Amino acid sequence: MSSQALINYSLYLADNTLILAQRNAEWCGHGPILEQDIALTNISLDLLGQSRSFYQYAATLINEANPSATPVSEDSLAFRRDVYDFKNILITELPNGDWGNTILRQFFFSAYQFLLYQQMKQSSDATLAAIAEKSLKEVTYHLRWSSEWVIRLGDGTEESHDRMTSAVENLWSFTGEVFEAAPFEKDAVEAGFGIDPASLKSAWLEKVTEIFTEATLAVPPSGWMQTGGKTGKHSEYLGFILAEMQFLQRAYPDASW
Amino acid sequence: MASVTDISTAHVWDLLEAVTDPEVPVLSILDLGIVRDVKVENNHAHIVITPTYSGCPAMDVISMSIRMQLLSNGFKEVSITQVLSPAWTTDWMTEAGKEKLRAYGIAPPNPTQQVCNTKLFADDEAVQCPHCNSWNTRRLSEFGSTACKSLFQCNDCHEPFDYFKCH
Repeated sequence: MSSQALINYSLYLADNTLILAQRNAEWCGHGPILEQDIALTNISLDLLGQSRSFYQYAATLINEANPSATPVSEDSLAFRRDVYDFKNILITELPNGDWGNTILRQFFFSAYQFLLYQQMKQSSDATLAAIAEKSLKEVTYHLRWSSEWVIRLGDGTEESHDRMTSAVENLWSFTGEVFEAAPFEKDAVEAGFGIDPASLKSAWLEKVTEIFTEATLAVPPSGWMQTGGKTGKHSEYLGFILAEMQFLQRAYPDASW
Repeated sequence: MASVTDISTAHVWDLLEAVTDPEVPVLSILDLGIVRDVKVENNHAHIVITPTYSGCPAMDVISMSIRMQLLSNGFKEVSITQVLSPAWTTDWMTEAGKEKLRAYGIAPPNPTQQVCNTKLFADDEAVQCPHCNSWNTRRLSEFGSTACKSLFQCNDCHEPFDYFKCH
C-alpha cells in the first residue's frame, strides 16, 4: 500500500514536470529574442532534470515491489506508457499559444512548485525531500523570471496587456486541478510523505494576486475548474505530445545512442 | 602511519583532479565541488557525486569520465552514486577553480547568494568583467548558454561574458 502510494505520487510529480518540459522545449529556436528563448529552454531542461529524478525513484520502487517482473527504467516510464497512464495535470499539456500564454502557464506552475517543494523538503521520505531541496533552487529562478514577465507584459503595451488578459481567460479554469487531491495524493498524505495540495492553494492565490496587481491584470473569480489529468482523463493534446515524444522508442524499442 | 586505504583514497582524489567538466573544460570536478565522497576497498573505488543542476547534461559524461580515469589507472571496479542532498552550491567551488574560470573568460560566482530569492526586478549583482576587471557591467539575461551560467556585458570594454551564477 505505502509502496504503491509512493510510486503513484512520484509518477505524478514526474509526469507534470516531463510534459511541461516537453511543451516548453517546443519554443527552442522560436523564442521572441535569443536570450528569452534560452531562458525558457533552460527552464525546460531544469524541469526535465527534475522529472528524471522522480522517474528514477519510481523505477527503483517499482522494481523493488515486483522483483520477478521485467524491470522498468526512467526511459520506459517516460516512453512506453500511454495517455491514460499519465497523471499530469491538464494545464501542462495545453498547447503553448503565444509567448504570453506560455509565460503565464509557467508562472502558475512555478508558483505552485515553489510552495510544493518548500513543504516537500521536509517530507518523511528522504528521496522526495532531497529532490525537492535540489529543485527548489531552480524553481526560485523560474518563479522570479516568469513573475517579471507577467508584470512586463500585463503592464506593458495595449497589445501585450490584451494578450495577457486572453491568456488568463484561456488558462484560469485549468488552475484548480492541481489543488484537488487525487486518490494517490490522499494516500500519500495519509502515509505521511505527501503534501496535501489543498493546503497550498491560499498561498498560491496570494502570490498570483500580488503579481497580477502589479501587472494590472484582474484575478478571475473562482469558478468551475477542469479536472481529470491526475486520473488519466486527458485532453486530446496529450496523445499528440506522446506521439512525437515517444516515436523513436515505439518504432525502435530500446534504441540507444 | 597511513594505512594502505588512506594512501589509495588520496591517490583517487589525485586522479579525479584530471577529470574535467565537459562544458567548462578548465575546471576539474574537484574545483566544481561536485565530488562529495571517495571510498576505496581493495581495488574497488566508490565515488559519490552531486549534480550542479537537476538537468545538467554533463553529469552522465562526468560519470563516464570518472569511470574511465579510474579503470585506466588500475582500479578493477568503480561505482558511482549520485546524491541530491545536501544540494550543490557555488560556495563549494574552490578558490583555485574560481581563478581558473576568470582566466578562461567566465566571471566566477560571487561568494554571497545575493540573487537566490524571488525578489522581483532586483538590482543586478555587481559582477566583475573577467576581461578588463571593470565592475561597470550589466546583466543581459539571467539564463545563459548552460544551466549554471547567466549572460553579462561589460559597459567599459563592451565584451559580453558568461557569469557562473550563484546557486
